[in-house]
Amino acid sequence: MFIEILGARYYEKFDVGLLCKDVKSAFNLDVTFRKTVIDFGFTFDANRIQYNSTQILNILLKSNKIKKDTKAILLTDLDLFVPIMTHVFGEAELNGRVAVVSSHRLHTEYYGLPQNIDLLQERITKEIIHELGHTFGLLHCKYADCVMKSSTYVEDVDMKGMNFCNSCKSQFFIV
Amino acid sequence: MNNKNYGILVVDDEKIVRESLFKWFLEDGYRVDTAENAAEALRKLQSATFDIAFVDIKMPGMDGLELQRHLKEVDKSLTVVIITAFASVDSAVRALKDGAYDYVTKPIDPDELTHIVNNIINQKKLLTENIQLREKIDELTQFDEIVGDSLQIKKVFELISTVAKTDTTVLIRGESGTGKELVARAIHAHSSRKFFPIIPVNCGALNDNLLESELFGHEKGAFTGAQYRRKGKFEMADGGSIFFDEIGCVSERLQVDLLRVLETRQFTRVGGEQVISVDVRVICATNKDLELAVKEGKFREDLYYRLNVFTIFLPPLRERKSDIPKLANHFMKKFSQVMNKPVTQIDPEAMDVLVRYDWPGNIRELANAIERAMVVGKPPQISKEDLPFQMKNTNGIKPSSDSIEEIEKIHILKILHQYNWNISKSAEVLDIDRATLYNKINKYNLKNR
Repeated sequence: MFIEILGARYYEKFDVGLLCKDVKSAFNLDVTFRKTVIDFGFTFDANRIQYNSTQILNILLKSNKIKKDTKAILLTDLDLFVPIMTHVFGEAELNGRVAVVSSHRLHTEYYGLPQNIDLLQERITKEIIHELGHTFGLLHCKYADCVMKSSTYVEDVDMKGMNFCNSCKSQFFIV
Repeated sequence: MNNKNYGILVVDDEKIVRESLFKWFLEDGYRVDTAENAAEALRKLQSATFDIAFVDIKMPGMDGLELQRHLKEVDKSLTVVIITAFASVDSAVRALKDGAYDYVTKPIDPDELTHIVNNIINQKKLLTENIQLREKIDELTQFDEIVGDSLQIKKVFELISTVAKTDTTVLIRGESGTGKELVARAIHAHSSRKFFPIIPVNCGALNDNLLESELFGHEKGAFTGAQYRRKGKFEMADGGSIFFDEIGCVSERLQVDLLRVLETRQFTRVGGEQVISVDVRVICATNKDLELAVKEGKFREDLYYRLNVFTIFLPPLRERKSDIPKLANHFMKKFSQVMNKPVTQIDPEAMDVLVRYDWPGNIRELANAIERAMVVGKPPQISKEDLPFQMKNTNGIKPSSDSIEEIEKIHILKILHQYNWNISKSAEVLDIDRATLYNKINKYNLKNR
């Protein structure tokens, strides 16, 4: 089993190598990063000026770019939504093969604060591990430190850790 | 409790909304189901239980408002959250008035959604915990210790039920061992104060100074040994009940203090100046003739009238002999559990002895007799031989005449049996010296059979 991070219209000023290393350490699987081009056109909602993450997952599932035995996660800087929600940081196919993470609302500048690339790197890494966790069948966790803790606003992302708690880890290995 | 134990039903005619919320809640670990219209929602609610229903306010056919009412008819405990568009907030407010817990506007802020669900779940957890605790308290405060179905005890039950609902001061009267404290606890347990403590005070067990400190508490340094400030029984009983056992034993000095507290519900700690107010219900018990004590000037008349508002007379066991079999079996079961001894019945002959005995020590004596029989007897039943010695022998012995001598003879024999023919102890109880007792034994030709 491999993990592939696909970058499409993503924010390029962070350390991709460090991201792969952290994700690899979380899952103990080989992780690669690849730039890709995806036509997001029909996933765009002009009224909301956001992109439909569920439709992006469908594009990924139908694309022939994802190899067998690979969990693929798309990293983008586009603002994502699912129709009923105002926004999402990411979405994953539970117990599936694909996921998507947006860094749009993870930038400190989005909240009127000075740029902080290190913090952005940390937030992106956490969200990528979190969404990949869902593709391995993990649900949200109650432990404050666990990376699988649900994050509905950015402070939640900052508060949780980058690693799986023992309970999630054991489920992950069972999976 | 795991989130899996909580069920969420999403009712919306838009497939995309159903799917999004389904996935959202699934990732949170909840048990989720969806329905695309009111009919399907009601059908699903009939076949499964849900804790929360997210209901779209605008649906073809039955709308969210009407569906909410129907859902509540099926399951009163279901919490409904209305999903609405900005344009229909007025309807959402109407839904709130109709009993919806909250509403969310489309598109939903994920943070708001999480908060609403967490609040509902926490509230449900508290409610469940509250119900469990109340059941626990009800279990603990059942007055199944008061056993019997004689007319006399039924009357007592009636009086307990009547007075428990009020805050009236109760005076429980009856011989020693008739269960006065149990009645006090039953009154408390059936009152609105049951979630607060009932604090018992045994007025006969403490001297004047100690009792004062026990009742009102004391400040640090109030007397030698008062190293810390201590709350008194009145303070501890705040919100609940205070039970004065053997109220007739309270000294005249303390009667004055007690009267003042009962009138004002205010007092100061021993050695203190701060006036403390309490909200307590007073229940008293005595086996003494308070009227006689008032006449003799030993009990204050004003305190007597203050206490004697509602009186419950507990009949002695000899006046409700029909309850003895039930009581005996009750104690047998109780001690069988405590001692882990498989005693399951009382031999009819033994029961006959129990019923015919006069029980001067009332229920306490009966309980002790059964406990003793359980210790010495062999399972599975209590036999006549297991009963206390004096009971078997005195049973059926009636004075052959009403002469003083005959009554004295029977009484001495009873005491001797009661104390296992311990001459010193029996003489002490009879309030005569050992030599006199020996003379009486010889005179009446009494023998330890």
